[in-house]
Amino acid sequence: MDSIAVTVNGRKRGCDGVSPHVRLLDWLRAEGLTGAKEGCAEGECGACAVLVARPDGPDRSRWTSVNACLPSAVAFDGQEIITAEGLGTAPGPCTEQDLHPVQREMVDRGGSQCGYCTPGFVCAMAAEYYRPGRSAVPGDTGQPGTAENRTADGGAGLDAGHACGPNGFDLHALSGNLCRCTGYRPIRDAAYALEAPADTDPLLQRQDAPAPPARHTRASVDGAEFVRPQTMEELFDRLARDPEAVLVTGATDLGVDVNLKHARPRLVLAVDQLDHLRALTLGADAVEIGAALTLTEVEDRLAGRVPLLDQFFPQFASRLIRNAASFGGNLATGSPIGDAAPALLALNAAVILASADGEREVPLDEFFTGYRQSVRKPGEVLRSVRIPLPLAEQTAFHKISKRRFDDISSVAVGVAIQLDGGTVSAVRIGLGGVAATPIRARATEDALTGQPWTHEVAAAAAAIMATEGTPIDDLRASARYRSAMLEQLLLKFYAQTQSDSAVEVPR
Amino acid sequence: MTSLSDRPVKPVVGMTVPHESANLHATGTALYTDDLIVRHQDVLHAWPVQAPHAHALVAALRTGPALQVPGVVRVLTAADVPGLNDAGTKHDEPLFPTEVMFYGHAVCWVLGETLEAARLGAAAVEVDYEPLPSLLTLTEAMHAGSFQGHQPTVSRGEADAALADAAHRFSGEFECGGQEHFYLETHASFVYVDEGGQVFVHCSTQHPSETQEIVAHVLGLHSHDVTVQCMRMGGGFGGKEMQPHGFAAIAALGSVLTGRPVRLRLNRTQDITLSGKRHPFHARWDVGFDADGRLQALKATLTSDGGWCLDLSEPVLARAMCHIDNAYWIPNVEVNGRVAKTNKTSQTAFRGFGGPQGMLVMEDLLGRCAPLLGLDPGELRRRNLYAPGQSTPYGQPVRHAERLTTIWGQLLDRADVVRRQEQITAFNAAHPHTKRALAITPVKFGISFNLTAFNQAGALVHVYKDGSVLINHGGTEMGQGLHTKMRQVAATSLGVPLATVRLAHTRTDKVPNTSATAASSGSDLNGGAVKNACEQIRGRLAEVAGRRLNIHPDDVRFYDGRITGIGFTDQVIPFAELVHDAYFQRVPLWAAGYYRTEGLHWDSARMQGEPFKYFSFGAAVSEVEVDGFTGAYRQLRTDIVHDVGDSLSPLIDVGQIEGGFVQGVGWLTLEELRWDVSDGEHRGRLATQSASTYKLPSFSEMPEVFNVHLFEQATESGVVYGSKAVGEPPLMLAFSVREALRAAVAAFGARGASVEIPSPSTPEGIFWAVEQARAGAAAPAGSETSPVTTD
Repeated sequence: MDSIAVTVNGRKRGCDGVSPHVRLLDWLRAEGLTGAKEGCAEGECGACAVLVARPDGPDRSRWTSVNACLPSAVAFDGQEIITAEGLGTAPGPCTEQDLHPVQREMVDRGGSQCGYCTPGFVCAMAAEYYRPGRSAVPGDTGQPGTAENRTADGGAGLDAGHACGPNGFDLHALSGNLCRCTGYRPIRDAAYALEAPADTDPLLQRQDAPAPPARHTRASVDGAEFVRPQTMEELFDRLARDPEAVLVTGATDLGVDVNLKHARPRLVLAVDQLDHLRALTLGADAVEIGAALTLTEVEDRLAGRVPLLDQFFPQFASRLIRNAASFGGNLATGSPIGDAAPALLALNAAVILASADGEREVPLDEFFTGYRQSVRKPGEVLRSVRIPLPLAEQTAFHKISKRRFDDISSVAVGVAIQLDGGTVSAVRIGLGGVAATPIRARATEDALTGQPWTHEVAAAAAAIMATEGTPIDDLRASARYRSAMLEQLLLKFYAQTQSDSAVEVPR
Repeated sequence: MTSLSDRPVKPVVGMTVPHESANLHATGTALYTDDLIVRHQDVLHAWPVQAPHAHALVAALRTGPALQVPGVVRVLTAADVPGLNDAGTKHDEPLFPTEVMFYGHAVCWVLGETLEAARLGAAAVEVDYEPLPSLLTLTEAMHAGSFQGHQPTVSRGEADAALADAAHRFSGEFECGGQEHFYLETHASFVYVDEGGQVFVHCSTQHPSETQEIVAHVLGLHSHDVTVQCMRMGGGFGGKEMQPHGFAAIAALGSVLTGRPVRLRLNRTQDITLSGKRHPFHARWDVGFDADGRLQALKATLTSDGGWCLDLSEPVLARAMCHIDNAYWIPNVEVNGRVAKTNKTSQTAFRGFGGPQGMLVMEDLLGRCAPLLGLDPGELRRRNLYAPGQSTPYGQPVRHAERLTTIWGQLLDRADVVRRQEQITAFNAAHPHTKRALAITPVKFGISFNLTAFNQAGALVHVYKDGSVLINHGGTEMGQGLHTKMRQVAATSLGVPLATVRLAHTRTDKVPNTSATAASSGSDLNGGAVKNACEQIRGRLAEVAGRRLNIHPDDVRFYDGRITGIGFTDQVIPFAELVHDAYFQRVPLWAAGYYRTEGLHWDSARMQGEPFKYFSFGAAVSEVEVDGFTGAYRQLRTDIVHDVGDSLSPLIDVGQIEGGFVQGVGWLTLEELRWDVSDGEHRGRLATQSASTYKLPSFSEMPEVFNVHLFEQATESGVVYGSKAVGEPPLMLAFSVREALRAAVAAFGARGASVEIPSPSTPEGIFWAVEQARAGAAAPAGSETSPVTTD
């Protein structure tokens, strides 16, 4: 077995003998790189953020920000990581000249107070600093739009759209970083003040070369094993021998279980770098999305092709999570409050399940069978998600949560409606957070199908939608509010379909 | 010697400089307590055994099974305590309890070679519990008569008679939630017995002296046997004023018993379930206004939820009672206060220290009553602002009260309120499903510890022979920029460049018997002490310079590391050269500084006196937009004018104002502590015990346009270089957001209706308020929480 090693800030560090249960963060800190901090251990605060060189097509790489508290250290075998310590040019106490441009802006503008979250902010900000295609917006002052043109009456302006600075900096790059001290304004100012990286910047130049190839990692310590299969055959073989193995892509769910619930899976199979699970094809009759692609990769490669998903991405967790999480993971964990399912249900999506015996396609509305349960059999791998074309004419994704950025849904609703001369010819509505599984609002769909798309019809259907599912009271919302939101979100969707002709334009 | 508030020409204070550790923060090289463990060998890790009951007796505790777990080194229990089994100052917080007082209470601690071993060991400890009945909510506690500590009264005039005579009289109830500090760095202590045999405690603590005292009394040692160092904290906000002591004591006990370094760092779940939070409050009030809407009388009973032990609940309650007036003159007042005892975590200090809760009662009351008085809420507030010559209900003159109206006027102009109100009206008329509103609210906040004795501080300043300066003081750095300001104070006082002043970590063996870095007082107190030490040294150096320049020492000037005589600059002595001369003349080049705040007195039994050195003033205007479909909202714009005196460090002060404001917005709108109040097996469990369930403000809660202006020409006499405290007061500027939400909700309903919103006003809470406003109803008749007009 090859030695396991991770390159951190340009130095290769051995990782042999490190338990697969040890998170990247804990390993970095044990190595003396204590810049990355643990604030929450569940990917919510970003204090542990680091940069990893990820593929950007076959020939280039991209510095991608990820939470270090969630994935295993050994999952980074052969990879290149930069921490806050590695961004500047000098270790230890350094002068202004030694600071990375991101660090300098944070220092000069008062972007740190207690400083504990700062290394994570700096890494998340650096990823956006180096993002290819980030460029200044001519004439943009960086101020939000004037009050007059900020919102549509449907309330679309309240949803989490992207906000970019005059330098093209997408503030959502920092949506997964919490700061308890500053109130964020100086951090935003620092982000919006960043210029383009210098051509001579070594980290910029690094992006011109391919990311490190996937390694055939096998780590086995104290009865815990981590394997990165190189082929589907090897994956199926391991699954056949050990049906209880846990499959991971970004470990954004497993990492939380390990940290907070102390899950200690005996065998983890990493599938995030298997080419077979990483294809995205835009066909004539379907869009097929590899289950292991990160949500950020899907977002980039779809490039607006699926408008409903364009609304969905900025509302799904944070950039740090989307840089690691996959559709495959979000669907396979089967959480009733995962956001992907309601969006994909509305899009009439199906999942492709692959096994040693071949593949089968399962409509997503037949996939979930109970709380965190699905029709996926032992030995089967979720290979891709298939969205049929053409897409419905009017679509929306709405999420109810306490916080606009980076929160978990109380209720999520995906809607896709096809109008034929003012009549609803087809409609699909996916709901999250109102039952033990994601569900379709079938009674509501029935009430709309074949009816004229009028306020009366929408209101009657909304009243039916309020009765869909079996919402519960919990810490996020009351059952009563969840039901009310089902009704309100259909009304809001109706209002938005009407406001297209109105003067208001969503920002 | 100059007065405390006078500034020399071209002072270093007042300059915009980054946080003194900003480079270290940004490069990941700033060290926090838990970063030290990789620098030590054989470190043991601690993990608590947390009880799964809100209230229970510990009938039996069997540690044997834990010791069978590989890597477990020791289980710490009450039997191991050589001194006092007590983690607090009120002696009602046993370090190892025999009675579980809240869900998650730690009954013993396991030490392991690794954190994993300690965790598995903790899981193996067998505990037999005898569950007892529990009280969780304020309502339950009030109904059961479960109270703790003193029940004071603040009164002035004849509240009953004035209420009876008032032209308009309303009564109501109000309840606000608590708040988790959620400092990004959880509680951490790292303890070893050092080469000198002393117990050396690294601790993330706002109160190193008290941590030292409690570690000493647990270990049965003297204070001089224990040294506590706090390098810096990753946030404190009051949560590390009292709470760190017990954790430090556990680590210290483990270290003394095993002879090895012990690390105790709570993970987030442990931190939230073990440590104290902001007090929820309940208020019942009866208020009277005259025909013009001027406050005539207020009668109120404030009940705070103190959790399972007293902690700081009494002084928190006192500050709430001393701030219920906020910025308003109320001639007749009777406010009664009490602390409920519940089976929850201790409630403790949190930025504002009860002040926010007291002030919130008043702002909520005014927001509810304004429509019933037929007044715009902003006008009702303006009309009642304190005027010069008036005093607070506890008898303290409101000095500089005119600043309130000045700030108010400046803010209306700066925020362009009149024009924007017109825009909002037009917007709302055109948008049936979305409403905007703005609101303005004031802040008046008293500065000093209510307990007069705490208002003292010490410092130790060294000048080395090369002219470099090292300062120690008793305050701790938690991000608020205290160390940055102290360097500026020292550089100003000694007349040297900022770069020549270094600051050493806060340690109890450098400056003893310090007060907590709390009550916003860190700069006032420690700045006074640092300045005092520097002036002693400068005075001695002036003697040396005077002899050399052949002038009177009083005529020597120190600036930018150059020493000259007054009015002439042909002879310049570099600071390092003067220091060198002084050394050879055997002049001491170090000094211990001391400061005590003058003019304070407080009678805590009568709740009368002048407990505060001065008041901080400010006001904010916030505009929000509410989505009528969901109750979700956005903060479009906030403008603030705030009085920090003459700022010691503008970048730091603006940062404190913005950060305090957003933290206040979090408390009022987003952050919600949900406890299991069912009768199920998890009764008393905190349901929101993680970052994914307890939501802090993120970028999406920052006002999209955010303007902060420091009130100008604001010299505060009697405070170091004319400055004012800034840590806590801006938190209450967030009331403007809450009141704007109330106004936006009102815009969905009939004009002139009183609107109630919960605290926190989450999107769900706002949605139901919108539904109620739309229904055209004020609160349903008979509801206890509705204001009832009796005129």
